[in-house]
Amino acid sequence: MSIATDPKLGLIDGPVHPRLAALNRAQGWYGWAGYAAPSMLDTVEFEYFALRNQASLFDISPMHKYRITGPDAARVLNRLVTRDVAKIATGRVGYALWCDEEGMVIDDGTLFHLGPEDWRLCCQEPMLTWLLEAAWGFNADILDESREIAGLALQGPTAYAVLCAAGLDVAHLRPFDLEEVEPGLMISRTGFTGDLGYELWTAWGDALPLWDRLWQAGDNLGLRAIGYEAVNIARIEAGYMVAGVDFQPAHATERLHRGHTPLELGLGPMVDLTKGHFNGRRALLATKPRSLLMRLDVEGFKPAQGALVYQAKRREVGHVTSGVWSPTAKRNIALAHVQIPYAARHPSTLWAEIYTLEEGRWDRRMARLTPVKSAFFRPPRARATPPDLI
Amino acid sequence: MRPQSSFDAIIIGAGHNGLTAAAYLARAGRQVLVVEKNDWIGGAAVSRSLHEGWTYSNCSYVCSLLRREIVRDLDLPKYGLQVIPYEGGASFTPDGDYFAYYSDHHALHREMARHSPRDADAYPRYAQMILRQCRFIRPFLLRDAPDPASLHPRDLGEMAYMVKQAHGLGRRELAETLRFWTMSIGDLLNEHFESDLIKAHLAGSGIIGTGLGVYSPGTAYVLLHHYMGDIDGGIGAWGFARGGMGAISAALGAAFEAAGGTIHVGADVAQILVKEGRVTGVALEDGREFHAPVVASNMDVKRTFLTHVERAALPEDFTRAVERFKIRGSSAKLNIALDRLPAFPAAPQHASFLRGDLHVSQSLWELERAYDDWKAGRWSARPYIDMLIPSQIDPTMAPPGSHMMTVFVQYAPYDLAAEGQRSGQNWTDAARHALAETVLDQITIACPDIRDRIQHMEVRSPLELETEVGLTEGNIFQGELTFDQLFFNRPVPGYSGYGSPIAGLYLCGSSAHPGGGVMAAPGANAARTILRREWPRAPRKGYAA
Repeated sequence: MSIATDPKLGLIDGPVHPRLAALNRAQGWYGWAGYAAPSMLDTVEFEYFALRNQASLFDISPMHKYRITGPDAARVLNRLVTRDVAKIATGRVGYALWCDEEGMVIDDGTLFHLGPEDWRLCCQEPMLTWLLEAAWGFNADILDESREIAGLALQGPTAYAVLCAAGLDVAHLRPFDLEEVEPGLMISRTGFTGDLGYELWTAWGDALPLWDRLWQAGDNLGLRAIGYEAVNIARIEAGYMVAGVDFQPAHATERLHRGHTPLELGLGPMVDLTKGHFNGRRALLATKPRSLLMRLDVEGFKPAQGALVYQAKRREVGHVTSGVWSPTAKRNIALAHVQIPYAARHPSTLWAEIYTLEEGRWDRRMARLTPVKSAFFRPPRARATPPDLI
Repeated sequence: MRPQSSFDAIIIGAGHNGLTAAAYLARAGRQVLVVEKNDWIGGAAVSRSLHEGWTYSNCSYVCSLLRREIVRDLDLPKYGLQVIPYEGGASFTPDGDYFAYYSDHHALHREMARHSPRDADAYPRYAQMILRQCRFIRPFLLRDAPDPASLHPRDLGEMAYMVKQAHGLGRRELAETLRFWTMSIGDLLNEHFESDLIKAHLAGSGIIGTGLGVYSPGTAYVLLHHYMGDIDGGIGAWGFARGGMGAISAALGAAFEAAGGTIHVGADVAQILVKEGRVTGVALEDGREFHAPVVASNMDVKRTFLTHVERAALPEDFTRAVERFKIRGSSAKLNIALDRLPAFPAAPQHASFLRGDLHVSQSLWELERAYDDWKAGRWSARPYIDMLIPSQIDPTMAPPGSHMMTVFVQYAPYDLAAEGQRSGQNWTDAARHALAETVLDQITIACPDIRDRIQHMEVRSPLELETEVGLTEGNIFQGELTFDQLFFNRPVPGYSGYGSPIAGLYLCGSSAHPGGGVMAAPGANAARTILRREWPRAPRKGYAA
């Protein structure tokens, strides 16, 4: 069989590919878990502003999804993740991360408490064997739903208005609530943008009609299909990290000591050492964080992506994993790993060494870094219940 | 408790520059009062709802020049400011065609080539020249303009900076720059392009807000003034403030109040109080008085010194220079509430360029004729219009499915001629109505059904801009942007440093360097000067520059 005809090669179509392909004027695709996903459909700038100012639609079906059911489902999950899932009530969604035995983060994701003894885990990395190992000896079933369940992320200030126009009543949904609003259609008030937004979950085959329904509803509300590049700017503004970018999943690194503990990712509150045993607990009790993933405000206007971080311009103490100009916060923002004694020092004496290529010339700039406590952009509309229409 | 009547500084006028200056002073620890004659803040950067469900950007309507350093210093996004770029634009023709402007290079090239293959190739070089000029001038916006006649080390330092920058351009580029600052936009465009429609489309930025025609010297600089802003580093890009231009003033006001400042609205200043050559405060029309050793006026230079300061307190040569200051009203504005998006029969459905600035001028000649009308005291029979429908992008401006249209109109004289007399008082309701009809006729070139879509319309002549906002003669820039009153000549020679002959009295509005537009640079620069001169030992917090 020639390369050209082997169907296993190349990127495959997701559930709403016909619509994305028709809209993808920029012909910008990237591979997401083997699927053709849009990096941009038109221009990143206008897709980004649709997200922050109107509404945006982004296909998140390539995420891995696992169903955990049975009398011991919650116990399995409590063994798996670092937080106490007993605190995630039915009808709620919880952010979670999980570690290997050395306390290094394997991946992060969202846990959907669908019903009694019924959970769904959504994450970036394939996790079936790890889940099966965690479930060993428990009375629980693990099912890989990655190809059965499709997801559409509807995000932006008019997202609620779009749902209203589509005849979907979600006024009462608080952030991290979920509800089956119609048979076969679940909506959660979740997202990866830090803005008002929802994720809609349905059977793979029902995704296309759902897309069309939203598309029609969004006609007067500025709804725009967007690609990952726009999402990426928004998620950095929200201070969210991405596996493989801001941390290296422990199962995916071949080099030693590339992993990070939850504490090193600034997610200490997501670890409950009192809930009983879970993967990595012993190691987390014994180890001290070596570095910290910091949110930083970067002087000047040049994005600091990939920059090395220096203390007092001399000692190399870290590196920037995500850096972008924030068009909404109007700040130059970055996420960076910084060695622990320097991360905590106040006032900050951290600098980023930023390399720029402008019209054929490489240049170097040292930019002062200022630590930022909370998200770079955290609009009140993201939390208002019932939400505003605009 | 008695209301506070003494402050460190008083700012007259809550326009965007007044609020900017106030915010910087308050952040430096000063007790600052802003007095505003209207019952709302914002000056010409306002959003008002005159028809239920719709919001207008009543005066200024698009944003680009607002300096990003200031946005960042004052943390305006934290106080609700969101600036959204818009894409493209178009000029429509009476025979059902159009020229569309795209920010995408290749799309623009294809579209230009449809009108003139030669112009399509000429455009990148034209754009490069404009961007070079922008790159040269942008660093000066947040610096003081040096006084060439002064031997003060600061002026000498600024002068040296300027000479160094100019020298760095090289001989050829410097010659280009000087030519650029003095020539007309018409001549400039004729050097590069052949298509009448493309030239007309590009010429608009050279005349907006100014009492000059496309062939008047100095209009090339006016174009530059409109191109030297940016959105997120995209130089020359324009956008909307979410919620209308008032969102900028609201964010500035909130930043100012968060820094401990006080705003009094409905506080109309009658007189700036001066004692022995030094300012002591302001007296309001309602009899209240507020005192401060420093007063900064956001009013234009004429309104400040000719109507709010006792003439005897000013040197006569200064007063005469202020009287000579050119501040001619040249524009009008229509704000329209539309029941739905009007049809643009020439444009493809859902064309992205409809979200940009739309025009109907056909040639430079037509634009020059429009100027001729203005000189004679009439509004243009075929006015230049800069028309946008921001509600396509900003969902806060109109109910879903309905739209808001902003139409900037040029030329409309302040001193309208009627029965042989030229006077601002000739702007009667009937005159404004007739102006609106002329403009709507122009709009029908692009959208024939415009009249059927109108739910409500606000018509603003230069007189409204003067009486409501306070801009003398309704000039949107607080004074013409011509070289004789720019830079160290702005507002008048010898007083480019925001000061005045009266100790403690400053200008912080667009009459001062670097001029008009919703830029906030005059306000920020004035505050810096005030802090340096009045409180030299106070820490100057919050200046990125």
